[in-house]
Amino acid sequence: MLTLEGVQTYYGNIEALKGIDLEVQQGEIVTIIGANGAGKSTTLMTICGLPRAAEGRIRFEQYDITRMPTHEIVQLGIAQSPEGRRIFPRMTVLENLQMGASKSNPDFFEQDLAHVQELFPILKKRENQRGGTLSGGEQQMLAIARALMSRPRLLLLDEPSLGLAPLVVRQIFEVIEQINREDDVTVLLVEQNAFHALKLAHRGYVMVNGRITLSGAGDELLDMPEVRAAYLEGG
Amino acid sequence: MEYFIQQLINGVTLGSIYGLIAIGYTMVYGIIGMINFAHGDIFMVGAFVSLIIFVALGLAGVTFVPLAFAIVLIVAIVITSVYGWTVERLAYRPLRGSFRLAPLISAIGMSIFLQNFVQLAQGARVKPMPPMITGGFTFLEGSDFSITLSWMQIIIVSLTVVLMAGFALLIARTPLGRAQRACEQDRTMAALLGVNVDRTISLTFVMGAALAAVAGMMFLLYYGVIDFYIGFLAGIKAFTAAVLGGIGSLPGAMLGGLLIGLIETFWSAYFTIEYKDVAAFSILVLALIFRPYGLLGKPEIEKV
Ligand SMILES: Nc1ncnc2c1ncn2[C@@H]1O[C@H](COP(=O)(O)OP(=O)(O)O)[C@@H](O)[C@H]1O
Ligand SMILES: [Mg+2]
Repeated sequence: MLTLEGVQTYYGNIEALKGIDLEVQQGEIVTIIGANGAGKSTTLMTICGLPRAAEGRIRFEQYDITRMPTHEIVQLGIAQSPEGRRIFPRMTVLENLQMGASKSNPDFFEQDLAHVQELFPILKKRENQRGGTLSGGEQQMLAIARALMSRPRLLLLDEPSLGLAPLVVRQIFEVIEQINREDDVTVLLVEQNAFHALKLAHRGYVMVNGRITLSGAGDELLDMPEVRAAYLEGG
Repeated sequence: MEYFIQQLINGVTLGSIYGLIAIGYTMVYGIIGMINFAHGDIFMVGAFVSLIIFVALGLAGVTFVPLAFAIVLIVAIVITSVYGWTVERLAYRPLRGSFRLAPLISAIGMSIFLQNFVQLAQGARVKPMPPMITGGFTFLEGSDFSITLSWMQIIIVSLTVVLMAGFALLIARTPLGRAQRACEQDRTMAALLGVNVDRTISLTFVMGAALAAVAGMMFLLYYGVIDFYIGFLAGIKAFTAAVLGGIGSLPGAMLGGLLIGLIETFWSAYFTIEYKDVAAFSILVLALIFRPYGLLGKPEIEKV
């Protein structure tokens, strides 16, 4: 469904991605784990064309999206809940969700709204509150819900567990599993919380310094001593 | 008292014109964080296009005033919109991402170009326009000082109110307005949600230009004379209004426009007309000392 071949990305002179090869099959949950600064967020943003890959090729289904404008890429069915959540702070929760749905058929809006409010009931309670006033966990739920409002076939999630209480993390991971299973949404999940991510994912990639160093099935990676040592200390 | 009310009427009329221009400044600032320095000239072009079309319609024998009015309005809006769009494409978009002052310099360049172009094409002398809409109401006739409320003033103020209400509604309720606010708050995220950011920014310039065109036409009809330089002064006043109200805030631009119009009118009426511009700017400086973000502007505390 999604393939990256030899993707290199630069910020000015800094080479953040040094040739990434990665593949996500329809229906999978795939995770990228790695330390801070490894290039995980850059990978997700490069898929969406912000920044654009300098070298290599990115394909989504039958399309070559390497040079496509961002707003066209996401209209093919890719949605992202980005690093830092990026909720529109001066818009209400409902308006944030409307923004998520801005390119989808308005006939589906009520139905999709009910669906994400069922996944995250707190969003219904907070409907008319401004995004900037939500707690971190609520903002994360809103970010995922907003991404789902575009009816994506591929969902890119950047560290949804960051800074959240364990109970909230569990709720969010359950929702990720549910939308993958029931709504047939393929997921590419970036996490520092490697234990949870590898448990949930079908397959995983380990990223170090702008390169993929290891890949394999989720439980396979969980059992590798080098992965345990580097990413699961105390996990 | 009668004198006061008369000045109030005049001030509100002038303030309406400033307010309409100020909206263009504030919206463009909101979405790209920069001042459109060619915006005053868009207003001036709006006035000139109106004049030319009025004269042409007169020669063509269109004497039904509401029809002429409507035609002029549409043509002026279309032409200034194209100009607003061009300013964004030529002066701002290619320089997005370069150092902050670069687009301002290119916009000032376009502004000077336009002033000189109009000066050459239309001449440097002031252009008169015979009054089209005359008459009105006179109150307290026979006393020391009567109050007049002209039809033109009624038209200006009501058209402004309608436009501002429609505009506020558009920004608050429609998908386009929502996309504009999204680009204002986080352009990257807006793009990730499928918003065509470039097009949204272009449309913002165009919408500001359309309002400035209406202001230009009203200015022409109200004062009856224009020259190539009116864009500069009115532009600075409207810019002051936008800053006074809180740059980036739509209600702020409307309020600021009204206040600047009132200050200028009252100052000329009660003090001296020579210093009316100084008065408006002094009030701005004072206001900014006590409210650095303007009357209705908000400091960016909510950034997540
Ligand atoms: N906007 C940016 N400008 C310059 N360098 C950046 C930017 N974003 C990330 N980087 C650099 O790119 C590298 C990869 O960052 P990132 O993709 O955010 O890593 P991760 O998400 O794995 O923590 C880091 O060295 C980081 O400093
Ligand atoms: Mg990151």
